[in-house]
Amino acid sequence: MTCKDTRNLLNAYVDGELDSAGSLSVENHVQQCASCLSGMENLRALASLIENGALRFNASRHLKRNVQAAIRAANPGAGSPLFGWRWASALASVVVIVALTWGVTTQWRRSSEETLLFNNIVSSHVRSMMANHITDVSSSDSHTVKPWFGGKLDYSPPAKDLTGQGFRLIGGRLDYLDNRPVAALVYQRSQHFINLFVWPVRTTEITQDGQLSRQGYNIIHWTQSGMTYWLISDLNPAELSECARLLKE
Amino acid sequence: MPDQNELAAFNEAVLPHLGTAYNLARWLTRNDQDAEDVVQEASLRAFKYWKGFSGRDCRSWLLAIVRNTYYSWLRQRSDQPELTEDGEVDNVDDSTPSPETLLLQNADREMLRSALEDLRVEFREVIVLREMEGLSYKEIADISDVPIGTVMSRLARARKQLQIYLTNSSARNSL
Repeated sequence: MTCKDTRNLLNAYVDGELDSAGSLSVENHVQQCASCLSGMENLRALASLIENGALRFNASRHLKRNVQAAIRAANPGAGSPLFGWRWASALASVVVIVALTWGVTTQWRRSSEETLLFNNIVSSHVRSMMANHITDVSSSDSHTVKPWFGGKLDYSPPAKDLTGQGFRLIGGRLDYLDNRPVAALVYQRSQHFINLFVWPVRTTEITQDGQLSRQGYNIIHWTQSGMTYWLISDLNPAELSECARLLKE
Repeated sequence: MPDQNELAAFNEAVLPHLGTAYNLARWLTRNDQDAEDVVQEASLRAFKYWKGFSGRDCRSWLLAIVRNTYYSWLRQRSDQPELTEDGEVDNVDDSTPSPETLLLQNADREMLRSALEDLRVEFREVIVLREMEGLSYKEIADISDVPIGTVMSRLARARKQLQIYLTNSSARNSL
């Protein structure tokens, strides 16, 4: 591993957030590299400074009492008896506000779910690159990759080999997206890796096909034969579209 | 209309995390009174949404509400648009040399406190959640509503800035 790769992983290593393969490669590298080793020591020194620095602020004793009083005041019926008409009118305005924001939040929730999914897809892709853990099964043979998913998923993802068309299938991996385990198929085009995430469509799912770009990655989404497909790579949009077209064929 | 039982359940599940909520609010607002206001407002919001909360992780849920309350408080107060999401999965600037570990170790608590207060708010936030509350990247990502990659890059940048600030002040002190 290079120094640059190692620096990118050092924080996650010190925080215990790397998988064992990632940790091992960081450890191997710092044994031979004084500069990365001192980077690691600095992170540890900082962590122990903060830990011993007693930097936490403690809430005052009356905070809890005030919070409870505020909740009771805003929600008559939840606590103290006897509230006058002032509280009734205050409550009425709270009800109106809640009713108004309710409409806003239910509309907004859908798009926030979408955003979350986009973000998770980008994160999964980035993680698969960073931790040197892009495939669980490495093979360009779709007859090896496809059966590997059997028993690990409740569906069988397509594993199309596009080596002839310039997109080499290099393997598959189990990932977790949209609150379920999903298949990730990995393709390579020159130096670019492409992740294809596939899972069966849920009824409430985003069904609109589309293309977008996030954080420098291009993403293409479509649904076909009851499956939802998400293709992501740092490859340029034109070549990625070509890849999507071949996959849909 | 909320009843006695609902309030009791809320008190039992949520109020134990008020200390954590206060610490986050205190570091975000950098002021005692503002922090208390934010926690109080956040608790009211939390109680409002309590019925709809399906309840896996009360602490993260409350912290996310505290954070959102802080940002709306900030908007009201300064009339500034919310900080736009940088969203980048960028690398820390590698051209900056690593500071001397020894100087770092000599930094004192007051230096540390002001270094942390000087950080940009989204950096302060990840340091508080990770270093003081010991939350995982996933939990922080959920609370801050950003991808894990962004949590990683913010943490890396925040720590780098703290290191540089601390070694500089500690070097000045030892002159």
